[in-house]
Amino acid sequence: MIDFSSTAAAVLKDDRPPSQLELKLRRRARVSAFVRYTLLSVVGLIMVYPLLWMIGASFKTNSEIFSTPWFWPQEPTFQGYIDGWQTSTPYTFGRFFLNSMMIVIPKVIGTAISSTLVAYGFARFDFPGKKVVFAILIGTLLLPDVVTRIPQYLLFRELGWLDSYLPLVVPQWFAVEAFFVFMLVQFLRAIPREMEEAARVDGANTFQTLIYVVVPLLKPALISVCLFQFMWTMNDFLGPLIYISSVENYPISLALRLAIDSTEAFSWNEILSMTVLALTPSLVVFFMAQKYFIEGISTGGVKG
Amino acid sequence: MGGDSKYLGLWYVAPYIIGLLLFTAFPFVSSLYLSFTDYDLLSAPEWVGTDNYERLFTRDRTFDRSLRVTMIYVFTTVPLKLAFALFIATVLNYRLKGINLFRTAYYVPSILGGSIAIAVLWRYIFAGNGLVNMILTGLGFEAVNWFGDPQNALFTITLLRVWQFGSAMVIFLAALQSVDKSLYEAASIDGAKPRHIFRYITLPLITPVIFFNLIMQTVQAFQEFNGPFIITQGGPLNSTYLLPLYIYDEAFRSFDMGYASAIAWILFAIIMTLTLVAFWSSKKWVYYAGDKRN
Repeated sequence: MIDFSSTAAAVLKDDRPPSQLELKLRRRARVSAFVRYTLLSVVGLIMVYPLLWMIGASFKTNSEIFSTPWFWPQEPTFQGYIDGWQTSTPYTFGRFFLNSMMIVIPKVIGTAISSTLVAYGFARFDFPGKKVVFAILIGTLLLPDVVTRIPQYLLFRELGWLDSYLPLVVPQWFAVEAFFVFMLVQFLRAIPREMEEAARVDGANTFQTLIYVVVPLLKPALISVCLFQFMWTMNDFLGPLIYISSVENYPISLALRLAIDSTEAFSWNEILSMTVLALTPSLVVFFMAQKYFIEGISTGGVKG
Repeated sequence: MGGDSKYLGLWYVAPYIIGLLLFTAFPFVSSLYLSFTDYDLLSAPEWVGTDNYERLFTRDRTFDRSLRVTMIYVFTTVPLKLAFALFIATVLNYRLKGINLFRTAYYVPSILGGSIAIAVLWRYIFAGNGLVNMILTGLGFEAVNWFGDPQNALFTITLLRVWQFGSAMVIFLAALQSVDKSLYEAASIDGAKPRHIFRYITLPLITPVIFFNLIMQTVQAFQEFNGPFIITQGGPLNSTYLLPLYIYDEAFRSFDMGYASAIAWILFAIIMTLTLVAFWSSKKWVYYAGDKRN
């Protein structure tokens, strides 16, 4: 934890012959860096190799997949992708991708809008009962989903929403994901109010202030919210599993599960190819917007 | 903001309050009610008093087993994951070239998190002839029966979640970086060894995030579903049949909504009890800067 490297650098600028202690510190800094790099590389390999292997395996033939642990395919082939795309259903994998988008897009939009409104309300206004409601919001961060899941199912069943995307999407328009509201409130608290007050003095009402002043300032945090909601929705399995019953409405997660159940024995390359495709949107989004994820986690602390 | 009605903020918060009542509060109360009923979706819920709970605790061997497996899972996964995340965060908290590359590499598995795709991948990596066994036999070890053997199956799920230590790590890293560097300098001038500095300076200062991570990871681990559902289907011999799987089966396969609600409430009670114990104990070990008690 001590920054030996800067000590060593200071020592190097000196013209005196290094003392015993200085030599010791310098050596210790080198050894420490070496140990850290080695450790980080070994762990890094363990972290990344399964993913590399999966991508490589998706271009292998079935017989090659389980013949060598090396990830690079000997005779690269797209056959896994071609066969996997067709699926064992009357629909192609493209259909399931579209279905996933039909859930993700309205969910992300709803989350962003409702969380912004609510966070603005909490962060910038006083109203009767505010403390209680905010305490409940914090409390629900810890409330496990299992307790509410069954009655929610019964409610949506009463409403006739089963086998549609409404149960997955509509609650998000009511800021049910307390975590996002909390994150935006935290972010807003750190922003000075002067610009908003100036806008109010110039005659803007609170809603105009929100749209023209607060939202632009909130942009980085809002991007984090959208990214996390995108990821979580792409990763969500239990929600679709409970609510979606017809194959034509399946999102990617259910389609993948169908694939492992129906093509058990000999089409590993098909399944691994579709697994790669299923992860691609998340990976692309992650690599495009890494810094927002890290920021989002550091400001709010993310489950996961 | 002066001049506005004191109810103005309420309008902005209204969506949340409606959502809370509709999708959280009402389901919360009704699930407690349902846990005292017999409800198969066909006829109206029938009040049966504490029957469901008595059945769970006296007659249901599956529940016993599932509860035990859940406890073992949570109490191995959470400490392992947190220890690993903290360890890697301390190694990463150091100015090295290319450090961001490592941070990204460690974080990728977590962002793909609970996705089915990763569970599918795990299923193939730990298969009898899968990647892990190929590497083991290549190194001269014996292949391990990861999923077929009840002794190992749960541990395989644990490994999956420990592999995804990235979110906890990022939070630890942020905390480590906010520790006042002058404290380290002072201690090292006094001749403190690195492990003493870690033990007596770093660790106390990051107890708030240790506490935060502990709570979040515990609540999450108790709800593990995707891993065992996809990788082992709860087997073999129910060795990975965690409570959320049992609840799912009772509710959405057997349509025994009342019984499933009772299991859900027991799970909820366990999580809440442990959370309260953690909050209570935190007074003794969590250090908040500026808090006079410490």
